[in-house]
This record gives sequence, C-alpha cells and structure tokens, in this order.
Amino acid sequence: MNQWEVVIGLETHAQLATVSKIFSGASTAFGADANTQACAVDLALPGVLPVLNKKAVDCAIRFGLAIGAKVAPKSVFARKNYFYPDLPKGYQISQFELPVVVGGQISFPVGSGEKAYEKQVKLTRAHLEEDAGKSLHEDFQGQSGIDLNRAGTPLLEIVTEPDMRSSDEAVAYARTLHALVRWIGICDGNMQEGSFRCDANVSVRRPGQPFGTRREIKNLNSFRFLKEAIDYEVQWQINEIEEGRAIQQATVLFDPDTGETRTMRTKEDAHDYRYFPDPDLLPLVIGADWIARVQGELPELPAQKRERFINELGLSAYDASTLTASQEIADYFESTVAVAGKASAKPCANWVMVDLAARLNKEGLEIAASPVSAAQLGGLIARIADTTISNNIAKKVFEALWTGEGASADEIIEKQGLKQITDTGAIEKLVDEVLAANPGNVAEFRAGKEKAFNALVGQVMKAAKGKANPQQVNDLLRQKLAG
Amino acid sequence: MSLTLEQVQRIAHLARVEVSESEALATQGQLNGIFELIEQMQAVDTRGVEPMAHAQDLSQRLRDDAVTEADRRAAYQSVAPETEAGLYLVPKVIE
Amino acid sequence: MIHSSLKALSAALASRQISSVELSTLFLDRIDRLNPEINAFVTVDREKTLAMARAADARIAAGNAGPLTGIPIAQKDIFCAEGWLTTCGSRMLSNFVSPYDATVIRKMHAEAGMVSLGKTNMDEFAMGSSNETSYFGSVKNPWDRSRVPGGSSGGSAAAIAARMAPAATGTDTGGSIRQPAGLCNLTGLKPTYGVVSRYGMIAFASSLDQGGPMAGSAEDCALLLNTMVGFDERDSTSLDRPAEDYARDLDKPLAGLRIGLPKEFFGEGCDAKVMAAVQSAIDEYRKLGATIVDVSLPNSHLSVPAYYVIAPAEASSNLSRFDGVRYGYRAPEYGNLDDMYAKTRAQGFGGEVKRRILIGTYVLSHGYYDAYYLQAQRIRRLIANDFVEAFKTCDVILGPTSPSTAFKLGEKSADPVQMYLSDIYTIAVNLAGLPGMSLPCGFVDGLPVGMQLIGNYFDEARLLNVAHRYQQVCDWHLRRPDGID
Ligand SMILES: [Mg+2]
Ligand SMILES: [Zn+2]
Repeated sequence: MNQWEVVIGLETHAQLATVSKIFSGASTAFGADANTQACAVDLALPGVLPVLNKKAVDCAIRFGLAIGAKVAPKSVFARKNYFYPDLPKGYQISQFELPVVVGGQISFPVGSGEKAYEKQVKLTRAHLEEDAGKSLHEDFQGQSGIDLNRAGTPLLEIVTEPDMRSSDEAVAYARTLHALVRWIGICDGNMQEGSFRCDANVSVRRPGQPFGTRREIKNLNSFRFLKEAIDYEVQWQINEIEEGRAIQQATVLFDPDTGETRTMRTKEDAHDYRYFPDPDLLPLVIGADWIARVQGELPELPAQKRERFINELGLSAYDASTLTASQEIADYFESTVAVAGKASAKPCANWVMVDLAARLNKEGLEIAASPVSAAQLGGLIARIADTTISNNIAKKVFEALWTGEGASADEIIEKQGLKQITDTGAIEKLVDEVLAANPGNVAEFRAGKEKAFNALVGQVMKAAKGKANPQQVNDLLRQKLAG
Repeated sequence: MSLTLEQVQRIAHLARVEVSESEALATQGQLNGIFELIEQMQAVDTRGVEPMAHAQDLSQRLRDDAVTEADRRAAYQSVAPETEAGLYLVPKVIE
Repeated sequence: MIHSSLKALSAALASRQISSVELSTLFLDRIDRLNPEINAFVTVDREKTLAMARAADARIAAGNAGPLTGIPIAQKDIFCAEGWLTTCGSRMLSNFVSPYDATVIRKMHAEAGMVSLGKTNMDEFAMGSSNETSYFGSVKNPWDRSRVPGGSSGGSAAAIAARMAPAATGTDTGGSIRQPAGLCNLTGLKPTYGVVSRYGMIAFASSLDQGGPMAGSAEDCALLLNTMVGFDERDSTSLDRPAEDYARDLDKPLAGLRIGLPKEFFGEGCDAKVMAAVQSAIDEYRKLGATIVDVSLPNSHLSVPAYYVIAPAEASSNLSRFDGVRYGYRAPEYGNLDDMYAKTRAQGFGGEVKRRILIGTYVLSHGYYDAYYLQAQRIRRLIANDFVEAFKTCDVILGPTSPSTAFKLGEKSADPVQMYLSDIYTIAVNLAGLPGMSLPCGFVDGLPVGMQLIGNYFDEARLLNVAHRYQQVCDWHLRRPDGID
C-alpha cells in the first residue's frame, strides 16, 4: 500500500487593528523609521512594566464570538522565555495554560464545480500575545541590525486542530480566516506588511495510523507560499520515510526562491520556554456584560450571510462564498440587489463577480473605489430584467456608467437611444430586409448549415444597431425561414 | 535529589551564562545546598490549594488604545553598546 | 541640624532658618567626608543635587512648597532617575544612565520637590542580605565598620545611620528594607504590595518587590510614605485607592491594641540577647495599654524554601533583558551571538545573581515546574492564609526583624544558605503581600536590634502609629553610632 495521508494544522498570527501596542502606548503604524516606535516598555528598559490594551482584548472577544468559541471568563498572561535579539525582554508575553478564546470552528467550501465540498476545521484556541522585533541581515560589518518598532504589536494567535488533509484545504481555511478577521474588523489582513502570517504544522501518515511526527513551517505570508511550502514539505517527508529515515520534529523555513523548506538553525534548545504566569500582569477577567456588548457590535458574519444568500436569494454555494469574501463585496452585492430586486439576484451576482470584477481588475481598483456604484449597477440590471435593454446593450451602458457619461442607466439609455426595439412590426421589417439582401445565407441555411442562421441574426442586429430584442429576432427569423 | 554537572551546564546554557568547568563544579555544590533547603517543601501536602501567583487577588486593569509615547530613539540609543542607522547591532543572527 | 527629624527640617526650611541649598550642602559635605570609608553611595552628583535644591528654594520662596520640599534624600540605586547613573549595584548597569524617571523618583522630585543627594549602594539587583554582593564593594555598618549594614538596601541604611542623609528610599523583596533598618538602628517600612508603584524600580521578583521609606523614626517614615504612594497607571499591579495621610494616626493611644506574637518567631534560631530586647519592647507595649495574644503562623518555616523558588524564578526571567544589546554592559570580546550573550552575562553579573538566575531557570524548566514552582506558589497561599487567620485575633504581629545583630563582613558570604536564613522572619510578609516594618528596640553588645511589626493589608497607618507610640517612650531610635557627628 503506497498511499499517504497529509495532516495539517495551522497557527495564524493576526495583527490586531489597534493604534497602540498591546502593553505600551507606542504607535503600531507601519513603515516608521527603525526604532522610532519602540518606547521604553518595548525596549525593555530596566524597571518598565506592561499595561494591557483594552482594544486588543475587544478584538479577541470579537473573534471568539465570530467562530462560536468560548471566551474565557479568566485568562492568564504567561512569559515564554528565550533569548533572541528581536525579543527585548528575553521573554515574550503570551498566553499559555489559560488562553482568552477556547474552541470554535470555521466552515468553508473547498474546490469548485463538481468536486466542491464543505470543510469544517475545529479551532483549539486563540490567544493574545506580543509580536517581536525584526532582525535585518544586510551587512553591518558582518553584524545584524535590530529594529524593535514591531516589538509589542498585538497579535492574536489562532490555532487549529490538525484537521486539514491537503494544501488546498489549508489554503481555503487560511483564505476564509483572512476574510473573517477583516470582516469583523480586528485585522487589516495586509500580508505584505506581515499583518497575517501562517505557521503550518505538517505531517504525513498511512491512513488509519497515528499522527506522524510533524515539522512546523514558520511565517508563511502569502497563500501561494503556504501552498507551495506544504506541497514541498509533504513530498519531502514522504521521500524521507520511503527511504527509511524517520522524521525529526523541527521548525523549518520556506525559501520562496528555491521552493524548498530547510531546518532553522536557531531555536534548537527553544523547546524549554519555561512558561510561567507573568507576575507583572494580573488575570484577565472578561465578564458577561463585556461579552454581550461586543456581541451587540458584531456585524452579520460571512457564514450567516452566505447561508442567507443561498437560501433567500437562491445563489449557488460557490457564488455565495465569492460574494462573502469580504464585507465590501457583500455590501456592494446587497446594495445592487436592493435596487435591481431579489428576482435579479443571480444576474446581480454575475455582474458583480464577472463584469464588474473584470473591469476593476483591469484598472487595479478595489470594489470600494468602483466608479460604478452599486445603485447604478442595480439600476442597469433592472433594465435588463424588464427587457428595456439586452445584455449586450447593457455592457455598453455599463461602460458608459464607468466613464461617467451619465448618472444612471436610465439617463444613458435615454440619451443614447439604446432602448430595445420590441415592436414586432418594426423587427419584422428589418428581418424581411435582411432576408431579401442575403439570399446566399438563406440558401445555406436551408441546405442545413445552422451557422448561416447566426449570420442572419447578426445582420438583423446590425441593422437594428443592436437594439432589437434578440429573442424576438430569433423567433421571427425562424418563422420566416420555415415559411 | 541533587543536580548533576550536566544539569548545571544545561541550565547555564538556557540562561545564557557562560560557566567554566570549575565554576560549574562550585555552582553545583552551592545549588545542591540550596535545593536541600528548598526540598522541605516537598513534604507538604498542598492538594487542593490554589497556587498564588500574585500578592493580590485582583484582575488586570486595562488601558485605552491610544498612542501616548513619542519617539525618543536618540535618548534611548545613547546608552546602547552599538548602533548604526537607528538599529541596534548584534553579532549576525542566523535563522 | 544633621540629626533633626524630617518634620524639624521641614519647619526649618519653611521658616527660612536654612535653605535647601545649605541643607543639601551640609549633607553633601558629610558624604564627601564619610562615604569613602562607609561606601554607602555609588553615585553623588553635587551639581545635580544643588540644582534641585535651588529649584526647591524657589518653590519655597514662591509659597507653593509641600511638606517635604527642599528635604534631601538618598535614593537606592534600584530606582531609575533620568540623567543619573542607575546601576542596581551591578557591573551589568555600571554604565547605564537612565533615560527616564521611576514613578517614585518623579513623585519625590517633581511633585514633592525633594532633593536627591545621590544613589545608594545595594546588593546586586537587590539579591543579598549584607550588601556584599554589590559590584561597587561592600558597605560598612556605621555602628561597627567591620560588620555588614544588612541588605539589600544596605547603602540607604548606612547613609542614614551615618547621617549622610536624613532619609532614604529602599526596596524590600524579602526583607531588604526591614533587615538593614534593624541592623543599622533605623525605622523602615515595606508597604502593602501595590501601594507604591514599581514602575522604574528595577525588578528583582515582581510579585514580591515593594518600595518604601527608611528613616530615623516612624514619623519620618509616615511623611516619606505620603510622597511615595499613589496609583500609577504604568504599573498594572498598582492599586487605585483613595489617598490617605499615613501620619494621621501617629498619636492614637494604644489602649485596646491586640499585639499577636507568633510562636514560630520566638522559638529556636534566634539569638537569646536579641530575643530579650524584643521581649522588653513587648513589656513596654503592655505598659502602653496593648494586649498581648499568642498567634501561630504554622507554615512560616516554609517561607524561606518557597521564597527561594519564587524569587529566583521571577528574577531569572526579569534579568533576561540584560543581554548586552540595548543598554548596559557588553563583553569586550565574543564570537557569535550566543557567545556574546553568555560572556556578557557571565561578566556582567556577580556570583549571587548568577546563582539565583540558575536556580530560577531550573525550577521553571521542563519537568521541574510542578514540583518546585507550582508547589512554592501553593505554599505561598498557605503562608498568606496563616496571616489571615492570625489577624482574626490580633491587630498587629510583633517579633524580631532578624535572628541576630549585624554579622561580620565575609562571615556568611561563602554560605548562601546561612545568608538566606538571615531573612527568616521577614520573607513571609513579602509572600503574603502584607505591610511590615522594623524599628529599633535595643542593643546587644553595642549593636542595634530591630523588632518587626506586621500589619494587615493597608494597615500602614496603624503600624506607624504602633511604632510611633513606642518611639515616644523609648530613645533607642535616637542613639547614634560613635564617630558620627
Ligand atoms: Mg506558535
Ligand atoms: Zn505566537
């Protein structure tokens, strides 16, 4: 038997959307000059002490509620002790035995089309902790430079059970989590700036066997790297085992240039972190009133919205997922439907996911910056629904809205005379003219060439400047040719 | 119980304190004397006793999320062993 | 003037009998003369001191002086003071000029208008009971210069005993205010944990450390305590309580006061002559109308073992920041990063500090945490509960501060365990977080004896009252060592 099962658990560090650090009043703004945002507390000057940022706790509670987890009434900050130059105190303040969020789960679709399936990943915990600084390795006479601006930035470390069975599942989970933390406003999700980083615990086993030894791939800051790193690591582990070597537990780094993982040289003795409760910080107590307040502030969550899109609007699971990828997309879609009408939900979905998305993509714009507003798009789709215009004309109107040629679809249709011709008499006249002018096509059609029919349709539409109702054109042509 | 020389060396490494062979030997003797004292605790039955991590039974106070600290890099780095371009310099960090 | 109480000095300043510059100069001159032998001060900066004194005089002249404006004071070198060398008695910080003020320093300087005379010597990182672990050399006890002043606030104690300062700050993690106060014939108070901010006070064991006043009398301690306390938003363990005047009850009669004597403090292990001095103080309290009751602290014999797990555990972590990267000492020669750490810390820390770092590292390490650290925390709870029980039947607890008078320099430094046992009566108070104080109660062979008073949480005013009434009927605290005038 030559089959291997992949087992993956993810630990994600989401930087929380606070203006100040988790234990100090220094700014968390990105991109400042080195060490200009490292205050006495962040630098661990002798004698300084930490005081907890309330907003960071708010964010943790939000997350806990959003994933149906238990928000711990009492959680404890512990010190994780190890020496590293980007860790000024010689310990990281984190949560160990009693984290603020326990349990919960995240569901998401994996794949598309026929092979799509729903996956559920259980979360072990999520805990608050501080980020470390940065070591810069460019050459300072053979030394490293340390920037502590990031030290003390609030993080929520979100840990899953080893529930994922492929890199695709891991990426789908990570994307869903990424969307969720942005959705509930606790993390800006900026992966280039390191606001959302994944560590992947990867092992392989024969189905039915106990878990294999895992290796942890650190700090994957793009979904592509996450997939590539896992795929490489899985193949590496399988090769090792098949060649008779046992996997050693290790922390590894992924090199995007080579596409390979390699063991980290530091942290060999780091497994003895000597965790103990931080004597400078008292237990974090979260009362029912606080939880209720945060609950009241939570928006409708993507999973709830997705269900609603499927059940109330009749969208497919795939469409519903795409449209709930971010709060901005969902808001745009819902505003479009509000104008176009629920009956047009499916065309609204298509317009947002296909036409609008393509146009935005071409210009490199976010949906929030779309020149065509949701109300404008909704107005346009309403005119398709009531057959004022055809789909083809609608594309013209859309382009006109994009370039600002009018304030609404109606205005553009009116001004540019794009209203669809639905008068049977008028269309019949055009059909007769085209049949008379194209005897060759007529003959070909009669000889069995279906293609010739399309050419005739095209001629009629051309003569109508695209405004004739295509269905009527079709019907009339068939009638006449049959007659 | 008593600590072996290897244990002394291991904890010295964990604590990043260089100890020579002879220092480790002397330290071993002293630590074992201290642990003899500490071992008195082991005779006490503490089942059901809540560990006491703080001198007060209170909960953590929280601060509002506001930036209160200004840039004082020049002052802070004036006491640093080695800096360049606003960075603290250390022997090459190898990951 | 140099022997005057803070109250008298305050009155002299207020009436312009003397200026703060004159008063400070008086003490600075004494430091110049006496410190070379006593070694109580690590740093003195006449210019800085006089600048503060001039500012204080201006404040007095402008009529917005507080009760201690212009009063000179010595600061234990564990408190960060902006622009001052702040060494914590260690080579590790021998070049560290603090870029910021501890909250206690800020309160004394900016709010109270007090004048710092300098930074006092101490056991390295407050780890010691004799001041012999200081990188800057041991401090001599002004009562007998072949003896230790106690520690870790030994420099502060010797500075006051030799009247190089009228008062000083100290910190107390396991007795470091009370024991040197006892050995140098001073009055010193360790407040309830959380009453004095720890911000800027270099951490030894965070859950035990507490700053407090050391002075010539309970009354002086009360005045100093008034300037030191207060809620600090920069310290999560600082307590937000209404302000109180710690001098308010000083003169309250002691009739009806119940003084508890823990039988564990009056057994073997204490010098008989020390015990006799404490006994006569108890007799004095009877005369003052107090009732003496027997109490028990059955787990107190476990306080030294539990302390030598908890304090080193916290210290091992607190002292990890001293790594030669951002401030302080860095070894002159090293290879790679780990070698830089290991050499910097081997050279920057002294023997006792390294010993405690190793103990702490060990008790927190994998496989030992439960047996040592967690067990010590459970015993800590038992010890704290003992006090809760005891205070059901008494108002204050009384006993000796230390089992003996000041010992000879070098006498215990080779044997850590013997040294640790010199804090046997003081440590339980820190574990419980209670207020405690030491005050003079007699002499044995020319050396001072201290007695300890322990109060319930937030009962500092009562402790000061109990001490003050005693100091109204005896003169132990007014005695001066020979050769100090
Ligand atoms: Mg992790
Ligand atoms: Zn983490």
